[in-house]
Amino acid sequence: MEYVNIIFQEIYKILFLLVPVLVSVAMIVWLDRRVWAFVQKRQGPNVVGPFGLLQSLADALKYIFKEIIIPASSNKIIFILAPIITMTLALIAWAVIPFGIDQVLADINVGILYIFAVSSLGVYGIIMGGWASNSKYPFLGAIRSAAQMVSYEVSIGIIIINVLLCVGSLNLNDIVIAQKDMWFVIPLFPMFVIFFISALAETNRPPFDLPEAEAELVAGYQTEYSGMMYAMFWLGEYANILLMCALGSILFLGGWLSPIDLYPFNLIPGTIWLIFKILFLFILFALVKAIVPRYRYDQLMRLGWKIFLPLSLTYVVLTASYLFYFELLPIN
Amino acid sequence: MIAHAIFFYVFSIIAVVSAIMVTVSKNTVHSVFFLILDFISISCLFIMIGAEFLGMIMLIVYVGAVAVLFLFVVMMLNVAQQKNQWFVSEENSGHIPVGLLISAIIFFELIIVIGGWKYKPDLFETTNPIINEISNTHSLGQVLYTDYIHIFQISGMILLIAMIGAIVLTFRQREGVKKQSYLKQISRERSEGVEVLEVASNKGVKIDD
Repeated sequence: MEYVNIIFQEIYKILFLLVPVLVSVAMIVWLDRRVWAFVQKRQGPNVVGPFGLLQSLADALKYIFKEIIIPASSNKIIFILAPIITMTLALIAWAVIPFGIDQVLADINVGILYIFAVSSLGVYGIIMGGWASNSKYPFLGAIRSAAQMVSYEVSIGIIIINVLLCVGSLNLNDIVIAQKDMWFVIPLFPMFVIFFISALAETNRPPFDLPEAEAELVAGYQTEYSGMMYAMFWLGEYANILLMCALGSILFLGGWLSPIDLYPFNLIPGTIWLIFKILFLFILFALVKAIVPRYRYDQLMRLGWKIFLPLSLTYVVLTASYLFYFELLPIN
Repeated sequence: MIAHAIFFYVFSIIAVVSAIMVTVSKNTVHSVFFLILDFISISCLFIMIGAEFLGMIMLIVYVGAVAVLFLFVVMMLNVAQQKNQWFVSEENSGHIPVGLLISAIIFFELIIVIGGWKYKPDLFETTNPIINEISNTHSLGQVLYTDYIHIFQISGMILLIAMIGAIVLTFRQREGVKKQSYLKQISRERSEGVEVLEVASNKGVKIDD
């Protein structure tokens, strides 16, 4: 009986986390399209509901009622598994994101490694989808995205090492608390910029959306997908983007800390601050999508391996030497 | 405790079955996917014994990087024609005794290692670290960067040499490959790219060729 109670409590907590995340994914798709449209002096989706807020819901309904087509020569099991894996991986990483000092589903010791591991698994959804479709364009998209995501993960990992050097713990709540005096965006500003660009590449966002470059590859790895399966890829992608924004705000923008530690700002709960920070980063993501043209593939690889990797490695040495020299190393 | 046991058996059954499926499955790409499943369940087992750092590193390094590259290569190879030829054809089975010999040697080595560890006299002192006081990551770092620093550095060097060796072996200078000069491309300006000409009517224009 005790076990059953525990299980129900956990399910309740998980639903309390997942339902807002899914709703905000739907809202964020709308926001993305609106920002994109405003940059280009268009209106964007503004018909369904107030300000077009229900547009994503209408889209979802449309996808549900579309037919799911499974190509005859595809590898059916893997073809169906791929969007499920993308979606699941995008959602399970939220388990360790802290929304407040004790508002976290799983407060594990190695939270940052967990997020990093899950986001590095995200490439499998794309590879499996591209391979199982048994078609040229999806396969090319999958190969591209595998190379791209592995490359940019390296620099994200080294940037995370930079932050961890200043914190001395792998727990996400500790990382947030370590920024009480100063957000890491100030001392590690170059790393923040590189993290932002790598996050764009990691989530296959423009200008690095080569896995689905519509000018060359039709729709890349999603070409053969339709209906709800396509929608799952799409939801997974946006949930991943939100996750990257959350990770960026936890690593550099102080997570749930309020920007000014003074009286009226203290009253606002940390969750609100975290949401504001995530939204700020997401609007940057959306602006970049509207402003910057797509990279060529060799430029992408060059940026990842020849510029970001040496830069972030040098910064690790710099950070470590600075902390060592001024005896600021967090030793406990 | 029961829940712990159930989880342990679930993960280990998945690990063993998927390890068998790696060798048995006919499709090479499926083999790699089973290998990935094996890695994931083993990292779950690591987490269950309290070695969460090792489990996560296993996920990041093996599943996130090594297996992706593995899959990358396997998907590029055209393995459809040569699948299972090794095991089906009778005359080509000369390597099976060698394989058996090697696996027997590995098996005995494993027995020696695990047996020696199991009957070590001070086993209980070494395997019961003060788990609650110091986290996994800290203790690993304290051992790795103090007592074993030389071995750690040497293994890093070996990996670096292997990487450089692989690059040297596969690198070849090809003639006549068109190279993109990045600096040249971004320093191009409008004045060199576009030329505005006055075109006389009915005469046309000769572009340099």
